[in-house]
Amino acid sequence: MSVREEPRSPRVVDPTGEIRQETMIINMGPQHPSTHGVLRLLLELDGEYIVRCKPVIGYLHTGIEKNTEYRTWMQGVTYVTRADYLAPFFNELGYCLAAERLLGIEAPPRAQVIRVLCNEMNRIASHLVWLATGSLELGAVSVMLYGFREREILLDIFETLTGLRMNHAYIRIGGLKMDLPEDGDEKIRAFLDEMPRRIDEYESILDDNPIWRERNQGVGVLSAEDCLRLGVTGPILRSAGVPTDIRKDEPYSGYETYDFDVVTRTEADAYARYRIRLDEMRQSLRIIEQCLDRLEPGPVMVQDPKVAWPAQLKVGPDGIGNDPAYIHHIMEESMEALIHHFKMVTEGVSVPAGEVYQPVESPRGELGFYVVSTGEHKPYRVKIRDPSFTNLGATAAMVEGSLVADAIAAIASVDPVMGGVDR
Amino acid sequence: MPVERVEGVHLGRTPEEVEEEVERGLLLTKLDRAVGWARTQSMWPATFGLACCAIEMMSTGAGRYDLSRWGMELFRASPRQADLMIVAGRVSQKMAPVLRRIYDQMPEPRWVIAMGVCASAGGMFTNYAVVQGVDTIVPVDVYVPGCPPKPEMLMFGILKLQEKVRSRETFR
Amino acid sequence: MRPAEVAERLRTRFADVLLARGDVIVLVEPDDIRATLSSLRDDPDLGLDFLVFVTATHHPGAEPELWVVYELRSTAHRHRVRVKAGTGGDAPHVPSVSDLFPTADWHEREVFDLFGVVFDGHPNLTRILMPDEWLGHPLLKTEELGGVSTRYHGGAFIPPVDQRTI
Repeated sequence: MSVREEPRSPRVVDPTGEIRQETMIINMGPQHPSTHGVLRLLLELDGEYIVRCKPVIGYLHTGIEKNTEYRTWMQGVTYVTRADYLAPFFNELGYCLAAERLLGIEAPPRAQVIRVLCNEMNRIASHLVWLATGSLELGAVSVMLYGFREREILLDIFETLTGLRMNHAYIRIGGLKMDLPEDGDEKIRAFLDEMPRRIDEYESILDDNPIWRERNQGVGVLSAEDCLRLGVTGPILRSAGVPTDIRKDEPYSGYETYDFDVVTRTEADAYARYRIRLDEMRQSLRIIEQCLDRLEPGPVMVQDPKVAWPAQLKVGPDGIGNDPAYIHHIMEESMEALIHHFKMVTEGVSVPAGEVYQPVESPRGELGFYVVSTGEHKPYRVKIRDPSFTNLGATAAMVEGSLVADAIAAIASVDPVMGGVDR
Repeated sequence: MPVERVEGVHLGRTPEEVEEEVERGLLLTKLDRAVGWARTQSMWPATFGLACCAIEMMSTGAGRYDLSRWGMELFRASPRQADLMIVAGRVSQKMAPVLRRIYDQMPEPRWVIAMGVCASAGGMFTNYAVVQGVDTIVPVDVYVPGCPPKPEMLMFGILKLQEKVRSRETFR
Repeated sequence: MRPAEVAERLRTRFADVLLARGDVIVLVEPDDIRATLSSLRDDPDLGLDFLVFVTATHHPGAEPELWVVYELRSTAHRHRVRVKAGTGGDAPHVPSVSDLFPTADWHEREVFDLFGVVFDGHPNLTRILMPDEWLGHPLLKTEELGGVSTRYHGGAFIPPVDQRTI
């Protein structure tokens, strides 16, 4: 626990005999093992105490928002999924929900259930990376290996479902890219059996560990009022006692029909956020089980030919190429079908003009997409409201007045992902 | 070996010179190979994980795809103690001078792996914000494509780099 | 409150209120932004105390050219309102709300960095995402996408991949 007494400044005696106080400006990062990515912190230090903290960001600015204005709506999914790269399904879901609101369509029920399933699995994967890297930064190196071990099981499942371990581009406008494979259900159920024991393992290692407690309790405290004024959402806000969760407050994709709790605490410190994230993992397991139980056969893409591609392409008997009957249809039978296929492949869906803001609850807070369209096959403006950007702006308030080591613990508890901060 | 002598022009070398060169060559080949082998054992990477590829790099260092089979699980925070810089992720305009400075701080011999398409060539981000390939800033030894490359792909890239290091002639 | 009720309530106070696709949008003049945002926050039934983001969109050739967008959310009532102010010209100025909503600090810096909108009264209006010496504001529609065959501000020129000599 950090001691909040008055910082004792080193006494420097001048040649004239006067005593001066000195502070030192230290630069942490952007290449640093403990700053959770390419974050640069300018710290004005008085001994070990931080007098002022100024985070400098922009070291991962990728121009995603500008790039989406030059690509089709479907290609936008592949760009947007790499913003917050630890929660790719959430990025895709927010973007696709915004586009679907503009189109005035809704994905079929099976697609919505699978979307929720993927999102909750991604929430667990993201919290595992937080646990692994946060523990590594504080010195608990074994937890890093355990966290990544569990994450490998999840990445295997993602690879079976979507073909990729990260940055999937699986959730598309109108539904999903393709349906669950046959062994998907079995793998996910095996994971559901395994995971509760593993979370128990983390709790037994860290919960009552005196070092973990000392380093996390009372560290990075941000009261509820400060959180709201600074625009902070997610586990940090919930650790201060405010039960805001977009899944409950403004449900999307069928979340109002699932049975889960919003975990809140009142201590508002790093330890409370650690407990909240572990409990959120358990709640996600509940939701995943409900998803698997309610999966009904059906289409995974909306049946509108002006929107849906490629999920409507039928695959040939070899499992790789196009169905010969479909090729016969577009090449021999119908010129219109050929033109339509060509347009859908090159241009994709044309989204009606308008603007929407669609928030989703990502593992870090409120992730939102402000999408402006002018009716073309390319977006006009896609603004990603990333939770880490705003949460990181609040770290100065969390960190000033504490020790340098506490700053690391506080930033670890904020769980910023620099891809989302800088986009 | 008999030497052709033409009037005024010296082609080839004397037998003594040739013998000396063969001896030195044998010794140096062995030394080259020994040094090359030694350099590939336990190359320490410098932490330069930037974006999504960094997570795959961490997965490569973690339990399932174990980098410590080659002694590389120890990611050094200080570039002064590192041999290898794995540029994992997209390099933005603001990060480019930092990348060059970290590269300059690494002592020789040093190698660079560009992991992922963003580090190799800018990736899908052909725009103002991303440096179109880190080979415009630092010399790259191995390019590992992928977005992000699977850990096995990164390991293949590392093994290719080890082959390259082993075959490098240092002393001749 | 449902969006329709929110819109009705706002129409008694503001002239330009839109309700589209479940979103309530209020259009105001740039000089009225501070008054609008604080009145929306202080109203007990609306209670829009949470500023979600500040951003801008650029429509070259239209009037106004730049729309600055504020999204507000009510923590107690769980509804949202979007406030938009149109500005433009060579030096677009908008009053800053960072003293009303401290979270606007970084959001306004980002809008300045990417669009060039100057926020009067902001404590530290500097670039946040681009390097400090970058020229231009990248997300304006009049700026190029960049990438290959681009001249960078320091004098460097990166040609397309097949023409590189390295």
